[in-house]
Amino acid sequence: MGPAPLGGSAGLLSRAEIEDNFADIKPMLDKTRAVVDSARCFFCHDAPCVEACPTDIDIPNFIRMISTGNVKGAAEKILAENIFGGMCARVCPTEILCERACVRNTSEDRPVDIGALQRYAVDQLIETGHQPFTRAESTGKRVAVVGGGPAGMSCAHRLAVLGHAVTVYEARPQLGGLNEYGIAAYKTVDNFAQREVDFILSIGGIDVKPGQRLGQNVQLADLARDYDAVFLGIGLGGVNALDLPGENELSGVLDAVGYIAALRQAKDKAALPVGRSVVVIGGGNTAIDIAIQVKKLGAEDVTIVYRRGAENMSATGHEQEFAQVSGVKIKHWARPILLIGKDGAIAGVEFEYTRMGSDGKLSGTGEKFRLDCDQLFKAIGQTLTPPEGLATAKGKIVVDGDFKTSMAKVWAGGDCVASGTDLTVQSVQDGKLAAHAIDRALRANGAVRG
Amino acid sequence: MADLSTNFVGIKSPNPFWLASAPPTDKEYNVVRAFRAGWGGVVWKTLGEDPPVVNVSSRYGALHINDDRIVGFNNIELITDRPLEVNLREIKQVKKDWKDRALIVSLMVPCEELSWKNILARVEETEADGIELNFGCPHGMSERGMGSAVGQVPEYVEMVARWCKQHTRMPVIVKLTPNVTDVRKPARAAKQGGADAVSLINTINSICGIDLDHFAPMPMVDGKGTHGGYCGPAVKPIAMHMTADIARDPETHGIPISAIGGIGNWRDAAEFMALSAGTVQVCTAAMHHGFRIVDDMITGLSNWMDSKGYRTIDDFRGKAVPNVTDWQYLNINYKSVAVIDQDKCIKCGLCHIACEDTSHQSIAALRVDGQRRYEVITEECVGCNLCQHVCPVPDCISMVEVDTGKPYLNWTQDPRNPYAKKAAE
Repeated sequence: MGPAPLGGSAGLLSRAEIEDNFADIKPMLDKTRAVVDSARCFFCHDAPCVEACPTDIDIPNFIRMISTGNVKGAAEKILAENIFGGMCARVCPTEILCERACVRNTSEDRPVDIGALQRYAVDQLIETGHQPFTRAESTGKRVAVVGGGPAGMSCAHRLAVLGHAVTVYEARPQLGGLNEYGIAAYKTVDNFAQREVDFILSIGGIDVKPGQRLGQNVQLADLARDYDAVFLGIGLGGVNALDLPGENELSGVLDAVGYIAALRQAKDKAALPVGRSVVVIGGGNTAIDIAIQVKKLGAEDVTIVYRRGAENMSATGHEQEFAQVSGVKIKHWARPILLIGKDGAIAGVEFEYTRMGSDGKLSGTGEKFRLDCDQLFKAIGQTLTPPEGLATAKGKIVVDGDFKTSMAKVWAGGDCVASGTDLTVQSVQDGKLAAHAIDRALRANGAVRG
Repeated sequence: MADLSTNFVGIKSPNPFWLASAPPTDKEYNVVRAFRAGWGGVVWKTLGEDPPVVNVSSRYGALHINDDRIVGFNNIELITDRPLEVNLREIKQVKKDWKDRALIVSLMVPCEELSWKNILARVEETEADGIELNFGCPHGMSERGMGSAVGQVPEYVEMVARWCKQHTRMPVIVKLTPNVTDVRKPARAAKQGGADAVSLINTINSICGIDLDHFAPMPMVDGKGTHGGYCGPAVKPIAMHMTADIARDPETHGIPISAIGGIGNWRDAAEFMALSAGTVQVCTAAMHHGFRIVDDMITGLSNWMDSKGYRTIDDFRGKAVPNVTDWQYLNINYKSVAVIDQDKCIKCGLCHIACEDTSHQSIAALRVDGQRRYEVITEECVGCNLCQHVCPVPDCISMVEVDTGKPYLNWTQDPRNPYAKKAAE
């Protein structure tokens, strides 16, 4: 019998220990904290935090509403700009967005805890099951949304509000995209991703077709023919490869993205096989997320190896720090050059130190070292699987300022286009703005009822 | 180290910090704890005639602003609800045990000479240092013709003060109600009646809030509420104005004042003393934080006096009184404008929006190389001060005098005043 394909082994920690490890890393504020923190907001004019928010949430106003006990008003204010306000409150790197812009940083080196306050308001509203928005009179127009992640669902909700009939085509069994399959489990506990999707769907007018993968059982040309408009929020379906011998043959050499998806869907995390010594290759949030999660699953030694310096990592400083305090080691300036197998399983990786040349190019120094491991995760970026017939550039779908693609009746947004940051909040904003662009186009074409 | 000892109309205390007549001074247990903590004196919670009054539940309302608790406070508690005999016995014991501390007894009995005469004799036996006439409580007792019902009628104030001076050797302090249009009237009456001093302010008529679930005032007693006496930090400005009015009034100028109203720290105390108060009385701050706040009051006042070179309280007492004047005597030709320290500015824009929306459109909101910048438009600035108050950064906005080259000119002299006094012809 050959080695288990995932490498490692299950049961390094008890279920109780794992449950404890995967508890909410930052639970909702209680009322006392919310009152104290909201009182710290200066209610700035032309507030820098709003400018720093990709979705333009009126932050001072929602915080003021929390401070007066108008929590529902606060939640509505947030959700009017960002229907994923609950998830964004959990996953936004606020320390490089709104909270970095907070003027309290200047006055006393500590921003208002905007993300936590946002969660305080939105969670309480979602808990009530109340949908604060209503749909405009039906336009008679039908829009297909491909991809049920943050971009697609944001677009679908706004289109529904504007009176259009929406059908969401989702490749996976569940809606939510990376919120459901990609975000680290300890950031979104208690099935929040699905509860949020349910909340979004409660607007009505959104028909959901799961298990429909573009290019396989649903074709873009057919959608463009059958609907008045199509929005693509398909994300990045592919993953980059190391291009090293043994990558596809050795057991225990895994894509981080796939493993995280399995972890998020696992009924029993204790049943997931995890290595005792784990190496993660990459420098983004996925590298951080997989490293911390396998550590929480019971891996003894977890080392992230990144080919450049800490300042070059796309994972934020805050995330890097969180990995380190979680017991993950981060090694910089090294790249894998050889996968070492034993009996068909990964046993180690040989790395070469790197340096940045004066020409700005990365090169190996010739010095080498070896890390033993029984599990190796690749977290070196995701790639677009471009749908047929669409213009792409630099691996992304080309869109104009209205998120319109090169194909008639087709718009796109989120990670599959190059709109700004590759953050959840940016995808939500893309979907929202694209919905308005689609609405304008459909109304300009006439034949909108009402 | 500064000498904080006071001699207030013959009543000596090691420091000027007294606890006001209120729940904290209702019985021996509390008063002893206060003296242990360092308070210079107490005014024992108001005694009345037996049978004792009956109090209700609950008794306090409060104004909270965000996480700032008890910015304002009110109560509907009456005078002591313990038998007179018990209070007098405890007062005597406490005075015996704490000779160096001031012990003043607050009194409120019906407006009849015999009632006052009788109770004064009994208080004298305790060897208390003085009495304070409670002409102030605005709730409950006033419905029975006592408290502020007396304090609002200058003739009654004078009459009762006179009775008390006739029937006791003890110094008499008249506690004034702020629930009048002109506090100088009852103050003058107190002086006319021979009172040795006044204390002010008592509490202000108030409803602290409405419970929006029960649609009833707070504090709520079985679904109903009533107006109570308002005190705490929020009333300090009102108390300071009334203190200044009495200090400035030619008829009452120089009368010893024991100041009350929102005093919670040494700075508050120093401000009242600058308006001529000889001692200060504290209640709400102690009820909020306990008696230990007196530590800061004693050391803070002492350190401040040292830093200013004041050896005794009399060295600075009353120094602000000459600078309190009427509007008509302010210098019309004086001009100041706001100046923003750009190095301290945190770009919150509060100064701009306050000026733009509600004042004189004198602070520009600019972007310089994409960065926010708020600049005073000096020629438009009237020096109103609003921006300085809304700015959350200490010393970021200052008001700077502009030399107008013009001499002092007040409104009585200003040619723009149709009623200006004409120069002697």
